[in-house]
Amino acid sequence: MNSVFVICEIDEGKVADVSLELMTKGRSLANQLNCKLEALVLGHKLKGIEKELYPYGADVVHIGDDERLDPYTTLPFTSIIVNLFEKEKPQIALLGASTFGRDLGPRVSSALVSGLTADCTSLEIGPHEDKKAGKTYENLLYQIRPAFGGNIVATIINPDCRPQMATVREGVMKKEIVDANYKGKVNTIDVDKILKPEDLVVKVIERHMEKSKVNIKNSSIIVAGGYGVGSKENFAQLQELAEVLGGEVGASRAAVDAGFAEHDRQIGQTGITVRPKLYIACGISGQIQHTAGMEESSMIIAINNDPNAPINKIADYAITGDVGEVVPKLIKFYKQNTK
Amino acid sequence: MGLKIVVLAKQVPDTRNVGKDAMKADGTVNRAALPAIFNPEDLNALEQALRLKDNYPGTEVTILTMGPGRAADVIREGLYRGADNGYLLTDRAFAGSDTLATSYAISCAIKKMEKCDLIIAGRQAIDGDTAQVGPQVAEKLGLPQVTYAEEVLSADKKKIVIKRRLERGVETVEMPLPGVITVNASAPDCRPRNTKLLMKFKHAKTITERQSESEDYIDLTADRPYLNIEEWSVNDIETDINWLGLSGSPTKVKKIENVVFQAKEAKRMTPADEEIDELMKELIANHTIG
Repeated sequence: MNSVFVICEIDEGKVADVSLELMTKGRSLANQLNCKLEALVLGHKLKGIEKELYPYGADVVHIGDDERLDPYTTLPFTSIIVNLFEKEKPQIALLGASTFGRDLGPRVSSALVSGLTADCTSLEIGPHEDKKAGKTYENLLYQIRPAFGGNIVATIINPDCRPQMATVREGVMKKEIVDANYKGKVNTIDVDKILKPEDLVVKVIERHMEKSKVNIKNSSIIVAGGYGVGSKENFAQLQELAEVLGGEVGASRAAVDAGFAEHDRQIGQTGITVRPKLYIACGISGQIQHTAGMEESSMIIAINNDPNAPINKIADYAITGDVGEVVPKLIKFYKQNTK
Repeated sequence: MGLKIVVLAKQVPDTRNVGKDAMKADGTVNRAALPAIFNPEDLNALEQALRLKDNYPGTEVTILTMGPGRAADVIREGLYRGADNGYLLTDRAFAGSDTLATSYAISCAIKKMEKCDLIIAGRQAIDGDTAQVGPQVAEKLGLPQVTYAEEVLSADKKKIVIKRRLERGVETVEMPLPGVITVNASAPDCRPRNTKLLMKFKHAKTITERQSESEDYIDLTADRPYLNIEEWSVNDIETDINWLGLSGSPTKVKKIENVVFQAKEAKRMTPADEEIDELMKELIANHTIG
């Protein structure tokens, strides 16, 4: 059986979280398919990187270590991956839906004429029957994602082309070590043999990384605002509530698009996926594009003018009322009851 | 130093404004009820092209769109804002295309056009959010790509310097031309329509649109060739038909589910003081907060 591959991303010398999350998912898919899980890591100064991947069940770690592979640029990575995949013929290849994966994935899939599905929220294995062609397929990768602004959920398959490729956002899958002593092996890629001068035409002149100041993902309490909050000023109230409760402010895409909140606070399919202990949704209607990123919160309080807002269907508490009225009361009664 | 720039633009249903009338009785999306708009990030892309035109006289900006006949609206919108001309790629043969088949058709059209220096597209379209067409067009044309662009810092006939927006910072990259750029929503907004251009291009139409006009319609394109929006069918570009539409799409839609939220009873509350007070006591008592 051909393997499941995860194209890993390196973040400050370590394997990125999203890649480890996909290793965990990849391991469970590989178990179901009874095949190997293989990781691919490209970059520079990667000595010992395989040790980060074995505990997640990597049977093989392919490593291409070369100074020309750091920082990341599209073309040399594409050349190496296409070269490797033409030899190894993986049945499935997964990448994080980061700027890295969403830059690299389509380029690789176009070169291999494989299919690629972006921003999947679930990956499953299942059969398919093509009645028109009279063909049946076993063990296809179901690539499940919301589409059309979150109004539908589509299951996408690639019946005939390999690898079946998918990107998944950080936080969507759970990261879990399968065995701290899991033993795989390393395959060293001869980068020099593959790279051609035309792969190196795009040059990174400068890059400055700013540590993300916002840390929504690890916050156990999130106060999130939607378009219904109405203004940037009203968002300040949410900030106050979040500070009082010791949480962070999140936002729906509509609120970010409207300029009420910064992009790195966006929760949902095209933003961050969160699983806090408490999620307070303020003026969020609850389109699936948003709920896909927060529905696993342990407790959800929804504040909305519309008693029929879809968010109320997944909420534990649905407060029908004005955000501008309810939020200050939450602050007031929290303070009163904790004094 | 004029550049030849092609801007890839898509007409999309405005999925951000799905109102109640946009849902049919059976709960499916009534696409006809959604307004068709210029994909937002393609407008950011157009603005970057127009800025290059401002800075480098002799630059020509061409809009290329693929879609049904009414997608000519996107080209007109581009002309009103400063684009020079446009091409509509429209044919039943393209129906059912996934991102790869779309990219293939677009790359064939670009090959057929006058040689260009730069292709600029929005990062992604709001109806699919895939961000795949830009990089796949680049691959099909064998050109380098820079995605997540926020600003073109400088350009000459041979190379372009671009600022990219990444998750946690910015990156400045240099790419030789010709090449492909995809632009983020964090880039500057597109300039509004220009009144003079609106007057000039108000009657710009594709041949199909002109032919469906009433009898007393006067075709002005002989005197004013700029009023013709070039319309290409599959026969006007060189393609391998197997790579188009459904047959050229490796990905297939197996199943579409309309979103139905799981039934789970929420505790209904009003903003009355006693109720909020009670809620806070409850949350503190069960250690959710505090």
